[in-house]
Amino acid sequence: MQTENSPYAIETRNLSIFYGSFEAVKDVNLQIQKQKITAIIGPSGCGKSTLLRAFNRMNDFVPTSRVSGEILLHGTNLYGKEIDPVEVRRRIGMVFQKPNPFPKSIYENIAWGARINGFKGNMDDLVEQSLRGAALWDEVKDKLKQSAYALSGGQQQRLCIARAIAIQPEIILMDEPASALDPISTLRIEELMQELKKNYTIIIVTHNMQQAARVSDYTAMMMLYENTRSGTVIEYDETKTIFTRPKDKRTEEYVTGRFG
Amino acid sequence: MIKYTYPEQQDLERFVALRYRTAWIWQLLFLSALLIAIVSLSALLLNVVDGAFGYVAYEFKKDPLTISEKPLEELSKDELIAVLQANLSRGAYNKLEKETPLAARSEGELYNLIIERIIQIKTLETYPLFRSLFEKSAIEAEVREKYPNARLEFRSWLSPAFLTTPMSSRAEFAGVRTALLGSMWLVGIAIAFALPVGVGAAIYLQEYADRKSMVNRIIQTNINNLAGVPSIVYGMLGLAIFVRAMEAFTSGAMFGITDTNGRTLMSAGLTMGILVLPLVVINAQEAIKAVPDSIRQAAFGVGATRWQSIWSHVLPNALPGILTGSILAMSRAIGETAPLIIVGASTFVTVDPQSPFTKFTVLPIQIYQWTARPQDEFHAIAAAAIIVLLVLLLTFNATAILLRNRFQRRW
Amino acid sequence: MQAAAKQETVNTTFRPKILKRKLRLGESAIEAGLFIVGFLTIFVTVSIVIVLGDQALLFFLDPEVTLAEFFMSTKWVPAIGEFGIWALVSATLTTSAIAILVAVPLGLSAAIYLSEYASHRARAVLKPVLEILAGIPTVVYGYFALLFVTPLLRELIGSERIGVYNMLSAGLVMGIMILPLISSMSEDALSAVPNSLREAAYAMGATPFEASTQVVLPAALSGIGAAVIVGISRAVGETMIVAIASGATSEFTFNPLKAAETMTAHIARISGGDLPYGTVDYNSLFAIALMLFLVTLALNIVSQWIVTKFREQYE
Ligand SMILES: Nc1ncnc2c1ncn2[C@@H]1O[C@H](COP(=O)(O)OP(=O)(O)OP(=O)(O)O)[C@@H](O)[C@H]1O
Ligand SMILES: [Mg+2]
Repeated sequence: MQTENSPYAIETRNLSIFYGSFEAVKDVNLQIQKQKITAIIGPSGCGKSTLLRAFNRMNDFVPTSRVSGEILLHGTNLYGKEIDPVEVRRRIGMVFQKPNPFPKSIYENIAWGARINGFKGNMDDLVEQSLRGAALWDEVKDKLKQSAYALSGGQQQRLCIARAIAIQPEIILMDEPASALDPISTLRIEELMQELKKNYTIIIVTHNMQQAARVSDYTAMMMLYENTRSGTVIEYDETKTIFTRPKDKRTEEYVTGRFG
Repeated sequence: MIKYTYPEQQDLERFVALRYRTAWIWQLLFLSALLIAIVSLSALLLNVVDGAFGYVAYEFKKDPLTISEKPLEELSKDELIAVLQANLSRGAYNKLEKETPLAARSEGELYNLIIERIIQIKTLETYPLFRSLFEKSAIEAEVREKYPNARLEFRSWLSPAFLTTPMSSRAEFAGVRTALLGSMWLVGIAIAFALPVGVGAAIYLQEYADRKSMVNRIIQTNINNLAGVPSIVYGMLGLAIFVRAMEAFTSGAMFGITDTNGRTLMSAGLTMGILVLPLVVINAQEAIKAVPDSIRQAAFGVGATRWQSIWSHVLPNALPGILTGSILAMSRAIGETAPLIIVGASTFVTVDPQSPFTKFTVLPIQIYQWTARPQDEFHAIAAAAIIVLLVLLLTFNATAILLRNRFQRRW
Repeated sequence: MQAAAKQETVNTTFRPKILKRKLRLGESAIEAGLFIVGFLTIFVTVSIVIVLGDQALLFFLDPEVTLAEFFMSTKWVPAIGEFGIWALVSATLTTSAIAILVAVPLGLSAAIYLSEYASHRARAVLKPVLEILAGIPTVVYGYFALLFVTPLLRELIGSERIGVYNMLSAGLVMGIMILPLISSMSEDALSAVPNSLREAAYAMGATPFEASTQVVLPAALSGIGAAVIVGISRAVGETMIVAIASGATSEFTFNPLKAAETMTAHIARISGGDLPYGTVDYNSLFAIALMLFLVTLALNIVSQWIVTKFREQYE
């Protein structure tokens, strides 16, 4: 993958995503800022997850899916012919809606990703650093060899974050990372994101308006086209602009809860 | 933070390429397991076909062409009798006449008599199909040298006559008629027992049983375990219960039939019925489970009792699944051998089974006995019988699949 | 208005006492009948235990037989009153071990390929092959072992070293017979692993191979273990292949090139002849069958227990 200095962490150009003949996401042009948190919001089914998963080519696993347009990382199109999806995912990590630790020990959950990606260094240090980075170290340092399944949902989700940062990606994608968690755990994840943005670019999908307003620096508002049922980004700006002086009436209705 | 400990740039590319290569090699290994399965299956089927057709070298005591002017097959009944009279000694002829008057016998029987008593074929050597096809001249040379008087003929051991003639102690004349009929009877009795009992048990477990109650959990676990009991154990059960303890019933003595012991079709059929029972229950349970709850609730909603909802809604919708499962159970029953050896399939029966209270033989038993014989010609008819059995199974399974595709409803 | 009027007519004919619980004799009879039928299946197990146990007891009570001899001796010669089960167990163990060594690696590989790699079209071709293999009667496998695999082995190994009847051929063919069972149970276990684990692995830069062998496979391990156990139970209980291909000499040996008779083959051969009821020989068959039943039952129970536990893990 060729490195070229780009002012943006990731950029899309005329991006459309299809499932078979159905165009789930249409014509998205976004410039995601480096080391900032970008929130993607919008009503259910408008293609937020689809767009997010396109960033690290997780949609490759849906056989019918297809992409047109470009997603540029350092000026390289991630969907270019010569691009290997495994390398893409090594640079762009992902945290899922439901915590999905491997049925292995806490330690192994972090070490596995590092190992397959050819990590050459002190594994114990990496595990500790990653767990510290995910604000989990103090809670689990005495039970690293225990099954990750023994952790609470919130702890599991932080373990998944630790696992993602252990392979040192540039960007971390999060699809409703707190939707399966209680308010306290949610708060911890949000604090963690503020910590993480010092080193990583974060893109988060959320249904929670307060959360988007609280944690993100930028917000992309997605909405369905009335006639085609395709989703697109109708407004993208700094979060405070979106929440205080949105340009689009639909955005205003949505963020103030008067929509639908 | 720990940084730059991962391969980057060219290193990363090389590293990923290496990982892909490893993955590719393993994928080939995984695939080769399936190739081995395909090769084994092909070898098995080809081996059977190879055995069931091919050249045979044989001798006659009397050449059929010298017996009559027309080919034997075209002779009328009277002409056949005439041939018998002309070629058999007077004593032998009279004996046959005394057993059953020749005029009262069928043409097929007379034809067989001529072949067995007059022509007296003797098989000297059999050759498998593929050798027969590709090394014809070598075979001809070999036969000419070893058996100067022998004739060489391409023979299909599987023939219409093979299906319609009964057992014979000579492989050349043996057929699977008795065994085929025996198999049909057996499957019929087995399913007549297993279907009502199995479906009843399934209805109880799916529709009535309280899943948490101890008794019902035991019944369920027990059915799952029965499905894993080796078939030979069912044979022992059948031997002790049907053949011996219930001999009065299974031998037909209760109904005035006195010429058999307990080793009858009835015993075998019931044994097989018990063997396939767990299969029927489990399949019927699956079929009933697939009927959505909304149907039952709709029935209850208009005031139906539980049995009314089962009888008019659940069962009709589950029927294709139940039938499919029963056909699969029948194909299991038709291929089983071990329990029947134990229950006491006969080694030599030539009379068609007329009732459940007769001695019996079935296809797999014939295959077993013929395979176990040392002579090649018996292996050849074993192969032919295997083809019959496999075609029968194929028909069963094709019916099951058709049923499933035709009637299966996606909810 | 109309609706209200209608309701009134209903009300006039509505008599609350109809709501009283009625005794529906038919319904109860049907339920009772079905329960009895369900219970009948337990009766099958009970009778297996009673029948086998009863005759086996007669066998063990016979003065010619001692428990110690049965479980310790390696000689099985009924004619001179030698009843050492090890002579038969050795052959059962040898053939089953060969079968498992063939079936587990092949079945597991096939399952991984089918569930993780195969395209829809490849599956549509490959799956039926396994289903056909699973549907072939064992007596046909016996024919195949004796008349194809054995000659082949004799060609390869040398006919002076391996006999017409040998355990190797029977074991190998038994492995092919069990392969579809192992592969379909393993495939179930692999596909029961939630997709979220695969996604997690991919999202960390794993290749599909790494995800399936290092994440999915270990997660499905207990289910695969259950498959192996059921496979063992099938191998131990299999009769026809060994009866046809592995010979009729009850000999204590673990050498796969030799002929030896398994527990099942022995039962089949002896009971095939017309053995008089009530003799020690006759009863000994029930003792062997009882052993078989208990061993396979234990294996099946363990396997089911593992499967249940495994399912709970991901629910
Ligand atoms: N695997 C798939 N195959 C086909 N269509 C899909 C698939 N996944 C999603 N879709 C369709 O794409 C559209 C967008 O789905 P997506 O999951 O991206 O929505 P979302 O905005 O994330 O919704 P939610 O807020 O409910 O998570 C929907 O119409 C959905 O039905
Ligand atoms: Mg979503």
